[in-house]
Amino acid sequence: MRPDVHPIDDIQAALDGAGDQLPESDIPPHTPLLEVRGLGKRYGGVVALQGISATVNSGEVTCVLGDNGAGKSTLIKILSGVVSFDQGQYFVAGKRVKFSSPRQALDRGIATVFQDLAIVPLMSIWRNFFLGSEPTRGVWPLRRLDVEQAQDITVAELARFGLDVQDPHQPVGTLSGGERQCVAIARAVYFGARVLILDEPTASLGVKQAGMVLRHVVQARERGLGVIFITHNPRHAYPVGDRFILLNHGAMVANVTREDIDLDDLTQLMSGGADLDELAHEVEDPPHR
Amino acid sequence: MTAATSARGVPLTPGRSPLVRALSRPELGSVIGAVIIAAFFATQTAEFASSAGIANVLDVTATLGIMAVAVALLMIGGEFDLSAGVLTASTGLVTALLVDQLGVNIWEGIAWSLLFALAVGFLNGILVTRTRLPSFIVTLGTFLALQGINVGVTKHLTDTVQVGGVDEAQGYGAARAVFASTATIGDGQFRVAILWWIGVAVVATLLLIRTKFGNWIFASGGAPTSARSVGVPVGRTKILLFMTTATAAWLVGTISVVRLTSVQANVGLGEEFNYIIAAVIGGCLLTGGAGSAIGASIGALIYGMTQQGIVFAQWDTDWFPLFLGGMLLAAVLINTVVVRRRAEDSPG
Repeated sequence: MRPDVHPIDDIQAALDGAGDQLPESDIPPHTPLLEVRGLGKRYGGVVALQGISATVNSGEVTCVLGDNGAGKSTLIKILSGVVSFDQGQYFVAGKRVKFSSPRQALDRGIATVFQDLAIVPLMSIWRNFFLGSEPTRGVWPLRRLDVEQAQDITVAELARFGLDVQDPHQPVGTLSGGERQCVAIARAVYFGARVLILDEPTASLGVKQAGMVLRHVVQARERGLGVIFITHNPRHAYPVGDRFILLNHGAMVANVTREDIDLDDLTQLMSGGADLDELAHEVEDPPHR
Repeated sequence: MTAATSARGVPLTPGRSPLVRALSRPELGSVIGAVIIAAFFATQTAEFASSAGIANVLDVTATLGIMAVAVALLMIGGEFDLSAGVLTASTGLVTALLVDQLGVNIWEGIAWSLLFALAVGFLNGILVTRTRLPSFIVTLGTFLALQGINVGVTKHLTDTVQVGGVDEAQGYGAARAVFASTATIGDGQFRVAILWWIGVAVVATLLLIRTKFGNWIFASGGAPTSARSVGVPVGRTKILLFMTTATAAWLVGTISVVRLTSVQANVGLGEEFNYIIAAVIGGCLLTGGAGSAIGASIGALIYGMTQQGIVFAQWDTDWFPLFLGGMLLAAVLINTVVVRRRAEDSPG
């Protein structure tokens, strides 16, 4: 049984008043949270990425679409500070940056949820939530985990993403794929993310679980974060995206807003038009019956 | 966007009922096993449940328990230490040789011995984390090296394989009170090592479940890559854990050398497996990430009760390893099932 007293009484109210949840900032209005201009990266002689220009604004979802090998993962690695770029410019909140570690990106509020989610399945939800940043009280040698606070925050933060945690001791390994994503996203948001980069969060999920993750994407947007949503599935991108960036062979082939494109066009564009027509033809009219 | 569910939102994938939660405690199997074994020998023999019998069982259990708890922490952190058994002899030898050869105060000898143990633990930790080799192999190496040093150095200095005369050292009386005194309750002589064991188990339990470092131990063993990416210093955690088992080996070596007033250069051989056996019977996972200090203590108790129970029942003690092996296999099977229940990917 969980005590009834709880920091968050009404999730909907919390979500409605979401804009004020971001940390204090001195960013002038209308400055994008994140901007890249002509970004490029080579591995030896191979061009992995070139000429990428894009902006990410507060309260917007920017979808990065592309097939395997299109350059999506190189782009995320650059944005999250895992690898450095060798062409172009990268601005965070109007300031030019060049990260040499993910920690630096994180300190600027750029948080990345990679596909492995950085969770420990055998450990409980609340221990995972605070892993590496555990709250403590008391002085050494009596310094100890502030278990009550950690559990309360975990329950409250997950509630803001619409998850009802009955038992914060439940191991993360018993959660569904979508719920694990939620734990990872809520953790990134709680620890000060302004820009949330999600690496294929729906890739290995069924329809229902993917829907749940998309809902979290919307919730993060409603809380005023800029979300970069990497996916190869236009059906997952279209319902939540404000802007769509299409990559192909390391180059940006389109950068369009939602108003400019519908799902069919997006799907068409993404899979390289003709190929898809051919595929559809094959499916509708099998040559050998 | 939040569907009209409860005010708090969508309930998680069903949490576990209190019963399931209790069943997935790592030490539960060992508690049940300990109760059954205690009940069995208490009804089979008159001595087992007497205060002399209990003192006897706890005497065996205490030093094994100290080591099992430290080894359990290391195993939760995802590593093994095969050098721990031989190190109990090495640390005793350091103290005894300093006292016997140089005539130093016994406390000074004990202090140097601690430094020696910490250095060995640090070496184990550095070798494992830097080379990324399995700790099984690395510590097998330090195990053999220490074994050679123990006998070689002792023979070289004393021309025998034994060092004695510890009780003639300055400060021996106080050391005996701290490490080897006894208290008589009924007709049983209870050793002070039992208090050390309980103290070590309590401290280790608090460390595991109530400190940042404890969180890091579970994470380092459970998913080191994930742990690293959220900022847990996995390498440092493991090095400290190797130094912890080495410190435990120092404590046991000191208890033993003060109590016996001499050390055989070849003791401790094979003990390292008993520590691992006790930890596993107590619910530690061989692959790391799960286990408890209480469980390891109960594992040690099961070991002690079975070993002494067989003696009290006047069975042939040759059968003891058979019981031990059976319990070990049963424990491993139970642990695996429990962990699967805890961590298995749920559908969808």
